[in-house]
Amino acid sequence: MPDELRTIQVTVNGTKYDRQVRCRKLLSDFIREDLRLVGTHVGCEHGICGACTVLFNGQTIRSCLMFAVQADGAEITTVEGLARGGQLHPLQEAFWENHGVQCGYCTPGFLLTALELLQRNPNPTEEEVRIGIAGNICRCTGYQHIIESVLAAAAKMGAKTV
Amino acid sequence: MSKTWIGKNVKRHEDPRLLTGRGTFVDDITLPNLYHAAILRSPHAHANILAIDASEALKYPGVVEVVTGEDVVQKTRPFSVVVKTPFKYYCAAVKKVRYVGEPVAVVVATDRYVAEDAAALVRVDYEPLPPVVDPEAALEPGAPILHEEVGNNISCHRLLDYGEVDRAFAEADLVLKERFVFPRYSSVPLETYAVIADYDSSSGVLTVWSNFMGPFTLHPVTAMALNIPENKLRFIIAKDIGGSFGIKSSIYPYIALIGLAAMKASRPVKWIEDRQEHLMASSSQTDRVSYREVAMRKDGTLLAIKTKIIDGVGAYLRAPEPATTFRPIGNYVGPYKVKNLRVDAYDMMTNKCPTGPNRGYGCHQIYFEQERMMDMAAEKLGLDPAEIRLRNFIPADAFPYVTPSGGIYDSGDYPKALKLALEMSQYEKLREEQKKARKEGRLFGIGIAVGVDPSVSNMGYITVAMPAEVRSQPEYLPKSGAVEAATVRMDPLGGVTVLMNSTPQGQGHETVVAQIIADELGVSPDDVVVVDDFDTSESPWSVSSGTYSSRFASVGTSAVVIAARKIKEKMFQIAAHTLKVSPQDLELGQGKIFVRQDPKRNISLKRVAGTAHWDLLRLPEGMEPGLEARGVFHFPMADAPDSKDRVNSSNTYGFMAEVAAVEVDRDSGQVKILKYISVHDAGTIINPKIVEGQIYGGALHGVAGALFEELVYDQEGQFLTGSFMDYLVPTAAEAPKLEIGHVCSPSPFTPLGSKGAGESSSETAPVLIANAVADALAPLGVKVTELPLTPKRVWALIHDSSSTEVGR
Repeated sequence: MPDELRTIQVTVNGTKYDRQVRCRKLLSDFIREDLRLVGTHVGCEHGICGACTVLFNGQTIRSCLMFAVQADGAEITTVEGLARGGQLHPLQEAFWENHGVQCGYCTPGFLLTALELLQRNPNPTEEEVRIGIAGNICRCTGYQHIIESVLAAAAKMGAKTV
Repeated sequence: MSKTWIGKNVKRHEDPRLLTGRGTFVDDITLPNLYHAAILRSPHAHANILAIDASEALKYPGVVEVVTGEDVVQKTRPFSVVVKTPFKYYCAAVKKVRYVGEPVAVVVATDRYVAEDAAALVRVDYEPLPPVVDPEAALEPGAPILHEEVGNNISCHRLLDYGEVDRAFAEADLVLKERFVFPRYSSVPLETYAVIADYDSSSGVLTVWSNFMGPFTLHPVTAMALNIPENKLRFIIAKDIGGSFGIKSSIYPYIALIGLAAMKASRPVKWIEDRQEHLMASSSQTDRVSYREVAMRKDGTLLAIKTKIIDGVGAYLRAPEPATTFRPIGNYVGPYKVKNLRVDAYDMMTNKCPTGPNRGYGCHQIYFEQERMMDMAAEKLGLDPAEIRLRNFIPADAFPYVTPSGGIYDSGDYPKALKLALEMSQYEKLREEQKKARKEGRLFGIGIAVGVDPSVSNMGYITVAMPAEVRSQPEYLPKSGAVEAATVRMDPLGGVTVLMNSTPQGQGHETVVAQIIADELGVSPDDVVVVDDFDTSESPWSVSSGTYSSRFASVGTSAVVIAARKIKEKMFQIAAHTLKVSPQDLELGQGKIFVRQDPKRNISLKRVAGTAHWDLLRLPEGMEPGLEARGVFHFPMADAPDSKDRVNSSNTYGFMAEVAAVEVDRDSGQVKILKYISVHDAGTIINPKIVEGQIYGGALHGVAGALFEELVYDQEGQFLTGSFMDYLVPTAAEAPKLEIGHVCSPSPFTPLGSKGAGESSSETAPVLIANAVADALAPLGVKVTELPLTPKRVWALIHDSSSTEVGR
């Protein structure tokens, strides 16, 4: 039954939650409505736009394409989990410095996609960034400032680990 | 005023909240006891509704109310429209559906999942009718008629005639005529429409939270439709709006519909549009067929333009339409000094979604015709496309320049901008590359496009949709003006707060306002708090409020300057009184007001502010206590259309000159953009990065219209592009890399000299790419007159050509 309740345990941004959810509730709705973490945005609900991207056990997923019950036992990072102790993540700083944000609706998805990209490829070329973020849609920026932001973040994060 | 902060890339004040997930979009707002709506929509393009049975839906657990056309006709009125044509446009279908996706019923339930379940249980019996989907076909005798009371499908027809068109055509050396087709594409912001409505029956106030972007002319329109006094309809606009690009003007029918649902259900109701609904039934630009004729001298002088345009406005002519047709009326001739213009305009109702504003509103369509024609004429006359444009430009010393249709261009240097674009593109070298490429059999093309970018719509231009005889009737209220207000406050400790009501959708207004205040009042932008929370019951709004027609950089910033200067004047009076000098002897700097000749005699801003709030007996006699000023700016030249249909439809006019190079893949028909140079004149630039961001975004929107995006219907009016798998928005992999250049002709009509830039390249990019593709395909002797240039269409152009290739 889609309306059957299940209890799940998830860790989101380091906090453990025990919650009862209906089986058909989308993970994106669970994050936004049940946990009130409204930084994760919903743009298409069919897995194309990438606005609802979160890290799920370290990998990006579209939270609109999963049910909350599937997240039982998972560790999730949302955009709210990027800054630590009031300190912006270098990616967030790079987006700020390079005007990678306009309306901000796609931004959480881009940040998490870029984070995974840079973890996989810390020193990407511009072309690699373009391909790497091509699963996310932005309607404001024409992508140019986002690409510059990701490249700047790569430089920044690379410099920190050296 | 020193320009310490204006012109600087100040980092946006909005970003920290948006980067950390702390923005406030409508869907982030919740209310106690909030219910959720789902909308049942028409599966037919055209059908009579015989019966609606909501009994099963009402029995479904969790459902509290179902709203249908019966409620709509009983409780609401048709929306006011711009024209006198007697069709009725309600917030949901009444007895008949006229497009796929038209709202038929609203289900209100405990959550969205339940509401959607129950919507599927509402039974509607339809009697399908033949549809008409093509705007030209809608004009044919015998076409299916959407609104019986109208008798045909024409919602608006105007013949606008300026100068001596027939004489110019008679005297021309060359006359060209072409048919163009410009498709429906749309804004498609990442955040869809969102409405929360809450009715307080004790006060009769309906409060609506939404991502409506203005113009607030549509607030009285919504109040009248809901049969409630305007002051009892409270619009609160969410602090953050997830993009709009024009489309969120057209949300107001849903505000009325969800408002009605909240009133009927006696509960607060939230409705979040899903993506399919958005693509199918929110809004888009018109689909246009046009026949354009140009008269030229053999030296390339453009003598006259005649155009017959047939805009498909969808099932109902929804305000502010037919503005697609008329918004660019003052800048119809673009940057050219041609004196003779005739526009024969039809707005046809068809069985498609109603239309509305989309970035570039009305301009990309006319520049598509115009700039394609300039290339076709250049080819016939053996002129370079750059040369023919340079020969026709309004000269730099002619500003302010009055166009034949009444536009008053404030400033510009069009030759300088185009020459800069040519230089940046290394135009001569590109032509060499092209020769080489053609020898190798490659399809390499270079495009040029120029355009005048109108900003700050005159509230009166749309009345040109009605004949002068109607406008001259005594009972008719003329409309004019374009206004914005801002309030600046200094608190007792010297902190500055600015209250705006500009409904930004990502344009960084908080930052730009802080920069202006910093320069005007000698403070740091970081110390300025800008509150842009729009609430019709609290904000100093006007019917022209909102962020549309690229208006903020001209009119919003000007209101801020006026308010700041009022505060400054008052502070100088207080300082002069305290220091016992004349205000003329004083200067502002480094947080102090000092005597110009003797800077040691000074008083801090904080002390002045403290005096204004806490030491009222030390104020100059008769001065009002406190430090708060409201600035209102309006353009005096935004007059109503005259008896000859001339109207200054906008108030500042920027310019863009663009050059692109493309290569077309012969086997796949795919277009690759190799170079994109974009030169702009937006007057004084306040924050260069923000302007760049607007240009990048606008250009990609236009490129998307040129190559990818189209809202497609089949012959039966079925909608075929309801997901992002069918409606192809470009990603970073497809986006061209732009190189931007600027020239600066400050507007003499704004205090800072600033103009709009938010739409700019969205107006020229479609034809820029079309011109480049046409140039690439020139050896095949084919014509490019229709968008989008998808691989399929380009492949057909290549393979249907007679294959008598020149130069191979």
